[in-house]
Amino acid sequence: MLDAGSQAEAYNFAYLDEQTKRMIRRAILKGIAVPGYQVPFASREMPMPYGWGTGGVQVTAACLVPEDRLKVIDQGADDTTNAVSIRRFFQRTAGVAVTEATSEATVIQTRHRIPEVPLTAGQILVYQVPIPEPLRFLEPRETETRKMHELEEYGLMHVKLYEDIARHGQIATSYAYPVKVEGRYVMDPSPIPKFDNPKLAGNPAIQLFGAGREQRIYALPPWTKAVSLDFDDHPFETSKAPHDCDLCGAKDSYLDEVITDDAGGRMYVCSDTDFCAGRRARGMKGRLWAPEPEGVA
Amino acid sequence: MIAASDALLGGFTEAPLQSARAFREILEALARPGTIRRVAGAQPPAPLSTAAGVALLVLTDPTTRLHLAGRADCAGVRDWVAFHIGAPLAAAEDADFAVGTWDALHPVSRFRIGQPDYPDRSATLIVECDRLSPHGPALTGPGIETATWLNLPETAAFRANRALFPLGFDTLFTAGDQIAGLPRSTRVEAI
Repeated sequence: MLDAGSQAEAYNFAYLDEQTKRMIRRAILKGIAVPGYQVPFASREMPMPYGWGTGGVQVTAACLVPEDRLKVIDQGADDTTNAVSIRRFFQRTAGVAVTEATSEATVIQTRHRIPEVPLTAGQILVYQVPIPEPLRFLEPRETETRKMHELEEYGLMHVKLYEDIARHGQIATSYAYPVKVEGRYVMDPSPIPKFDNPKLAGNPAIQLFGAGREQRIYALPPWTKAVSLDFDDHPFETSKAPHDCDLCGAKDSYLDEVITDDAGGRMYVCSDTDFCAGRRARGMKGRLWAPEPEGVA
Repeated sequence: MIAASDALLGGFTEAPLQSARAFREILEALARPGTIRRVAGAQPPAPLSTAAGVALLVLTDPTTRLHLAGRADCAGVRDWVAFHIGAPLAAAEDADFAVGTWDALHPVSRFRIGQPDYPDRSATLIVECDRLSPHGPALTGPGIETATWLNLPETAAFRANRALFPLGFDTLFTAGDQIAGLPRSTRVEAI
């Protein structure tokens, strides 16, 4: 059994071998050079199943330095199985420090959220991506979607959004909402809620996207334009549950709905656990917040 | 004349850590065009600079074709590349990476710019400079909040390269232990 914080000597730094890291690093740099374009890479088998963040883990492994402070979140939470496992994986194989505080982290690996606290220059946000191709559910053939990106033929995506409006009266896509990057490539921002889409654009941090099973890496350099697709008469709108956080009282954070009994009781809490805990530590209270009773173990 | 044994020296002594730290600097340099970063860990033979040597050690290997341009194409560098990197040497038209001074790399229009369906299959140029300074043509585009400035060797070639976007080559500038990046996405304007 290993002590947390000390690097396991049986592994190369950050698990991957150097040849693999060079290949991934070249793909990351080409992704930075062509924002929003999906660069193919030779994804490796990782000691976790596809769908658990193997793409993000490989990108993180290629970027980590020993001085980094790593944060891993899953749907905004630091304490779920996926986040805990990946954090411990890099503690063991890279010996890096870890944190749950967004502002203290230098590298943040995320599944399906962008932290509420604004990111800063010097930070890297690594997304775990299940399906990197925004056109995949409209056109299953890779040869065709590649051609569509080449020709900037994105009419099909607008038809899909239009059909949303025709059927539901509004654009019903609520997550993985497509963005156009620097007026060129349409990009899937991974299944983040569209609430987070405005944070993609003009972000001072480097944003890297890794899809392990689909073998693609793409990137948004800092301060890159990323416009959510919409129509003049149906402009893009963010959405969230129309409530305040029941623990910290935040009015402007993205909320999870939690069923609390079998009689219709429910509560809404911040999906970003670090943001919520930070607000409570500063004395802000929501509708259902009750501190731990004294004397209870 | 460089003794054959010298080719064995000057590589990374702790490759995983040194290449990780160097890559982060190169990533920041390319993601924020116009910023100048420092790298360390390699002592390549003349005429290569430390930064060019580090960039080669971090990014090239037996799977990437390398073009040595001008004075960089000498026995000392060839031996060093053969021992530490193992990259096959190639003509400019076929290269994934090329290293040399701006004059030696000219005409840069001969380098690979990628294919319309695979724009990533393009060359990365490592341009050796006398010095790097944040004074020169104005840079705007992805990675830049308002504008930055960098002493580019010329502007016309980079404007022509930007006009090819999303095709085009990408550039790293090196001088001593300093490195700066200019991806194809950057707009360059002489001021």
